[in-house]
Amino acid sequence: MAGLPKAADPNLLVGYDSSDDAAVYKVSHDVAMIQTVDFFPPVVDDPYTFGQIAATNALSDVYAMGGEPRLAMNLLAFPSCLPVEAVGDILAGGASKVTEAGAVIAGGHSIEDQEPKYGLCVTGLVHPRRILTNSGAKVGDILVLTKALGTGVLSTAAKAELLEEADYKQMVELMTTLNKYAAQAVGSISLSACTDVTGFGLVGHVKEMAEGSGTTMELWAGKVPIVPKALELARDGIIPAGAYRNMDFTAGDTLEDSAVPREVLDCLYDPQTAGGLLFSVPERQLHALMGRMMDAGVPAVAVGAVRPRGEKLVHIKP
Amino acid sequence: MNQVDARGYSCPEPVLMTKKALQNGTPLVVLVDNETPLQNVRRFATNNGYQVTWKEVGEDYELTITK
Repeated sequence: MAGLPKAADPNLLVGYDSSDDAAVYKVSHDVAMIQTVDFFPPVVDDPYTFGQIAATNALSDVYAMGGEPRLAMNLLAFPSCLPVEAVGDILAGGASKVTEAGAVIAGGHSIEDQEPKYGLCVTGLVHPRRILTNSGAKVGDILVLTKALGTGVLSTAAKAELLEEADYKQMVELMTTLNKYAAQAVGSISLSACTDVTGFGLVGHVKEMAEGSGTTMELWAGKVPIVPKALELARDGIIPAGAYRNMDFTAGDTLEDSAVPREVLDCLYDPQTAGGLLFSVPERQLHALMGRMMDAGVPAVAVGAVRPRGEKLVHIKP
Repeated sequence: MNQVDARGYSCPEPVLMTKKALQNGTPLVVLVDNETPLQNVRRFATNNGYQVTWKEVGEDYELTITK
């Protein structure tokens, strides 16, 4: 995006010049519109489940900005050899998550392509004063993660049918749980910053947060929730190429303590599909936030802290 | 010598091919064509009690796995 001209419209509150999750456009003094789009090829074989995962992932960016999804448009590419029922199942899976989010599907566009792809363009609304960006973290804040890591490793294993039924179900559960519940549970608590953990992995998204807020972020590797099966698979070298790209992308900005086990590090870099929200919350609000998460059944965990800018942007501790 | 040519395969195939070939014993030579399978095969072998050495051969990598 670096070569594109910068947007000149003052109503564009969040654009692509920050590495945020979605664009935000101010419509009036009390309404801003959030716009985001995401689509990808199947991560599981079952078309309905794939539709649910893609929609959960696309809707997530609206929650990460502090907003509520209102409208969604389907984006679909499919090969002519794909049975029409499969296309219907993908769309039905996506629609189920859009409905659960409280939004409506208002249309879409499909093309023929060699490999299936599905996702959504989502419009959400937020009060301009309640917009959450990934650059507002303050020194002393605590980082809170709302979903366990491991979906990249698990879906790599699923491709080769290395997962037992229970592991597969756990993976699908993670990728089809809307971030709506975590976002709603925040309620009136003022977060400093928020993002969702997706393709860059936890370390990559933490790095962007640290960069945007002029801080260094500490990650407590031993506290980060990671699916046990993903750790086992990482030890056996079942790690997606994206995890290695994430390591390269953050290598110069990250300090890894030698006591952190390799397979834990591998999962901290694992690219997530429809991962959880990552909050930066003032420490005095942490207790209240965790109570609300627990009441809402969201398995949120404090996984790090915001420190003054040091030599590196991210410090991974045991 | 026992050998696996995993060039042109994407993950997790090279690891699975290595695992299968190790049933026929060591030493085992594994050829891969990029960094991802190189790192994954190294992790698999070292975490399962094997020794691994590797070198670049042209644009590919050659791993030698011994017990």
